Amino acid sequence: MASLVPCPHCGQRPKEEFTIKGAALARPAADADAVDWFDYVYLRDNPRGAYEEYWHHTSGCRRWIVVTRDTVTHEVAASRDAADRARSEART
Amino acid sequence: MRYSALSILLNGLRGNRNWAPAWRQPEPKSHYDVIIVGGGGHGLATAYYLAKEFGITKVAVLEKNYIGSGNVGRNTTIIRSNYLLPGNNPFYELSMKLWEGLEQDFNFNAMVSQRGVLNLYHSDAQRDAYTRRGNAMRLHGVDAELLDREAVRKMLPFLDFDNARFPIRGGLLQRRGGTVRHDAVAWGYARGADSRGVDVIQGCEVTGIRRENGRVTGVDTSRGFIGCNTLALAAAGNSSQVAEMAGLKLPIESHVLQAFVSEGLKPFIDGVVTFGAGHFYVSQSDKGGLVFGGDLDGYNSYAQRGNLATVEHVAEAGKAMIPALSRVRVLRSWGGIMDMSMDGSPIIDRTPIDNLYLNAGWCYGGFKATPASGFCFAHLIARGTPQETAAAFRLDRFERGYLIDEKGQGAQPNLH
Repeated sequence: MASLVPCPHCGQRPKEEFTIKGAALARPAADADAVDWFDYVYLRDNPRGAYEEYWHHTSGCRRWIVVTRDTVTHEVAASRDAADRARSEART
Repeated sequence: MRYSALSILLNGLRGNRNWAPAWRQPEPKSHYDVIIVGGGGHGLATAYYLAKEFGITKVAVLEKNYIGSGNVGRNTTIIRSNYLLPGNNPFYELSMKLWEGLEQDFNFNAMVSQRGVLNLYHSDAQRDAYTRRGNAMRLHGVDAELLDREAVRKMLPFLDFDNARFPIRGGLLQRRGGTVRHDAVAWGYARGADSRGVDVIQGCEVTGIRRENGRVTGVDTSRGFIGCNTLALAAAGNSSQVAEMAGLKLPIESHVLQAFVSEGLKPFIDGVVTFGAGHFYVSQSDKGGLVFGGDLDGYNSYAQRGNLATVEHVAEAGKAMIPALSRVRVLRSWGGIMDMSMDGSPIIDRTPIDNLYLNAGWCYGGFKATPASGFCFAHLIARGTPQETAAAFRLDRFERGYLIDEKGQGAQPNLH
């Protein structure tokens, strides 16, 4: 993985400042049926290639961000604030 | 050719010119009874037991690279059956019993060395947890001994017993645990399967799974279409990719796990030792190198290589356990792609597609499970019903709520 990871708030920062949570999946509605929740909790596309995941800028701005990373090359293509992303998705 | 002391002697006298290759390099046939995707330890063991125990010999093992190039050659070679939960323990003990007879069974020197596996504990709570685990093992007929601090000191005087943060209070010892030469496991199973008629086909990548009327009819490969009655997947870190070809989405994430070998040292560590206050496990190979590993890197990866942060983390844990490691040079490190399931336990089961079978989700524990995994998967394929010790490893257990969460971490694969 590249040594520097772009944070939407802090710019390029050393990757050791971040904690990786895992797949950035869309959370089902609270009253969604059990099949949707099962899919969200347990099933994964597990792609070989571009992958969106939640990272926490633990030793920086402490914001949750969504990083788009390639699971084969480890290249980071983009990052954005997780709350911004959730808001823009809620609007669409 | 059967290997024996006599065959070594006679071949030696003839200048070692008459050794035959241990397995053939066959061209794929147009159709097989069973195709196994993945020529790793589990796939080769499955083919071996299908042929030897269940009489199914029209079998092909398809490997995209060369056999032994994946996780069977990328682990820390540890075998053990010190599991707590009833769904796991009898299965891993079956594996241990198969390890104990393996070399005679497949006539190949796999250097099975039962030198003991010792898990250290560092607190009262951890001692209680290990007491419970040891008792569970003994109730299942598995050997376990709880050692106090002095007994551990006698075995391994160089450990940091008085570490201010993580003092060593004792350990849980399984004397029948140990190490096995991992490459020889792949080779021995390949040779045993090949001699019974199985085609081990290397350099043959599966690119698609063909289906008709809800059944698998065969696979498209880099060497053309190959038909089959039954398709069995044992693709480890690439399980999600292969399953996706059949339209299945698995409860699995692929993560990278690193392992390391140091320069050769004089005899130093007799068995396998694991640190209880961090994730670190070490043994010494017959060549003298320390073989050790730790945690996953923690992010999804297919890269078969890891990052420096994890190297540092592993080295710190090792040094906290054995301060003398600070002067040891690391020779090499490598990464393997773990098929991390959502509860840390494997899957050996049928799938929603009638003639498609799945063997996946081995997390860290794939190597020690190799013989039992192959045996139970072959049993399932041949008989249609799960082998009794593997009956809990169902694909639908997540949906039904019957998880086998040995570590108690929940659906968080990077923590298992």
